[in-house]
Amino acid sequence: MNGLVIDVAGINKRFGDKHVVKDLSLQVRQGEIYGFLGPNGSGKTTSIRMLCGLLTPDSGRGTCLGLDVLRESAAIKRQVGYMTQKFSLWDDLSIGENLDFVARMFGMRERQKAVDRSLDELGLSGRRQQLAGTLSGGWKQRLALAACLLHQPRLLLLDEPTAGVDPKARRDFWEEIHRLSTAGITILVSTHYMDEAERCHRLAYIAYGSLLATGTASEVVASCRLNTWEISGDRIHGLAEDLRGMAGVDQVASFGATLHVSGQDGARLQASLQTLSQVSDVRIVAVAPSLEDAFIHLMQHAQDPFAG
Amino acid sequence: MEHFSRFSFSRWVGILLKEFIQLKRDRLTFGMIVGIPIIQLLLFGFAINSDPKHLPTAVVMADPGPFARAYVAAMANSDYFRIVGQVDEHQASELLDRSKVQFVVTFPPGFHRDLVRGRSPTLLVEADATDPMATGGAISVLKSLGIEVFAPDLQGLQRVPTPPVELRIHRRYNPEGITAYNVVPGLLGVILTMTMVLMTGLAMTRERERGTFENLLATPATPLEVMTGKIVPYILIGLLQVTLVLLAARWLFDVPMHGSLLLLYAVVLLFICANLTLGITFSSIARNQLQAMQMTFFFFLPSMLLSGFMFPFRGMPEWAQVIGNVLPLTHFLLLVRGILLKGNGVDMLWEQVWPILAFIVVVLGVGLKTFRRTLD
Repeated sequence: MNGLVIDVAGINKRFGDKHVVKDLSLQVRQGEIYGFLGPNGSGKTTSIRMLCGLLTPDSGRGTCLGLDVLRESAAIKRQVGYMTQKFSLWDDLSIGENLDFVARMFGMRERQKAVDRSLDELGLSGRRQQLAGTLSGGWKQRLALAACLLHQPRLLLLDEPTAGVDPKARRDFWEEIHRLSTAGITILVSTHYMDEAERCHRLAYIAYGSLLATGTASEVVASCRLNTWEISGDRIHGLAEDLRGMAGVDQVASFGATLHVSGQDGARLQASLQTLSQVSDVRIVAVAPSLEDAFIHLMQHAQDPFAG
Repeated sequence: MEHFSRFSFSRWVGILLKEFIQLKRDRLTFGMIVGIPIIQLLLFGFAINSDPKHLPTAVVMADPGPFARAYVAAMANSDYFRIVGQVDEHQASELLDRSKVQFVVTFPPGFHRDLVRGRSPTLLVEADATDPMATGGAISVLKSLGIEVFAPDLQGLQRVPTPPVELRIHRRYNPEGITAYNVVPGLLGVILTMTMVLMTGLAMTRERERGTFENLLATPATPLEVMTGKIVPYILIGLLQVTLVLLAARWLFDVPMHGSLLLLYAVVLLFICANLTLGITFSSIARNQLQAMQMTFFFFLPSMLLSGFMFPFRGMPEWAQVIGNVLPLTHFLLLVRGILLKGNGVDMLWEQVWPILAFIVVVLGVGLKTFRRTLD
């Protein structure tokens, strides 16, 4: 299996006349946490669904867990844990009943044991009778993760698992993800959060169906060849608009109380900023471009085929 | 506060417009708004006729002769009877049991002789009275047939008796013409159609609406497992409903039960399957629970009106009967009335069973095809 859990190339998917995923190629190694990033509607969910056999690609080839993504989706489903974006367990079943049902669907032999163990690990043994619909967002997400781990999958596909979850639960969730990864489970996770992206071993950035960059966080940043300066000061609010018009400035983004100004042409950018520093009272420091700067750059250079 | 509580016309128009825009987008609801009145108009205006004519009638001719022929011709001319042919007594009875004919008219031996001698011969008219409404008009027409029937042959008659023939009318299967005998077994079918189609229709769309369907699809469960696994609980519910209606029919309405209950349950099972398959198919087409409900209603309306439950089947024009024959309820009603009221055995059922089977096969085919194994 050459160490690659996911190895696909040239995957395409169209819905009607919308080309949702274009020539997707993805290599995910055994045991790594692979972050899948991109704006809303960029084809992340569709890509994940194709990887776990819920959707059939229109064209392309490749393997998932060594199984053909086009022909062996049934076998893939048995070894993949897929956590949907929206909570998709049954609200009107209790916690215990939900887990038991999922265990039955995967035809597990020692079902009762697995459910009990899972409840123990969740710390929900005492609440197994409680209806899943009455759980809070964070607990729902933990239950959903437990449900897709029940059949001991070798690959986890998590579609925006932490959307709408509070920071503490989010941190706990990521600790769990890292524990699973250490145990050898491969994880593909889509997210919008930069801090989560930085916790991934490797990343892929997808926009409007096209894969724009892959690699480790620093590789992705480096591939953009950005020069970034951080501007801080008391009166930087109105500054962003002025900056955008200056030579060499590709993008301006606010980070808390500071502004990040980036451009690929470092010399011109620096010249512009020097002029600025003479006329206004701001501090300008060269910094390493962050992942977010890189994503903003990627985003700006992607073509949106659906918008005008 | 007062400032906000004033009725604002422009706000009101905004709400109005939004409602219309949403209605326009929801094509099925829009279809219902336009479709239901049209369907109702067509069905009630053209298809439904509570005074059915051209009822199939078999003749048992023990004494063929010009008078008998004249009488048969007069019956046909009245438009209420469609003479399907001459048969013997045994065949006649079977035709009634199989609901092939509505009437059997028997001309007794010596019909010609009695008539010539001025003695009113007795004509035996056996009517399938399971649905009393279907036979009423025809029987009263028969009673009004007078001496003019024999006009062309009048010269053969010396003394004309009045009335020329004595009618003995046997209302078979329901001698007292009790409507409940017809309606209560029919309700069995109507209740099953309504609940089975609707409940299964909702069962699947509920999963889709709540997003739990995606979870189900992500497991190794196959379409056949999901479909049948969702069907079986409703089969049990259907059988429970049938038992309730049958108990009420027996103890509250004194509906006779001549046939085998086991056979009845077998037929019920088949009918439940037909409805469940349709419900599941609706649910794999419908995008939400409302649509599933609307589809059910679209199916339920013609089922009620065209199956012979509310109005006599034979009263409908050809095209409506063709539609009616596609509906499982039409055949189920014949089966249930046949078993309960006529005591029909297993050998008499095939003719109604195969159309239901065909319905199941076709609908299941469509259902399996549209069932989105994958979400595409």
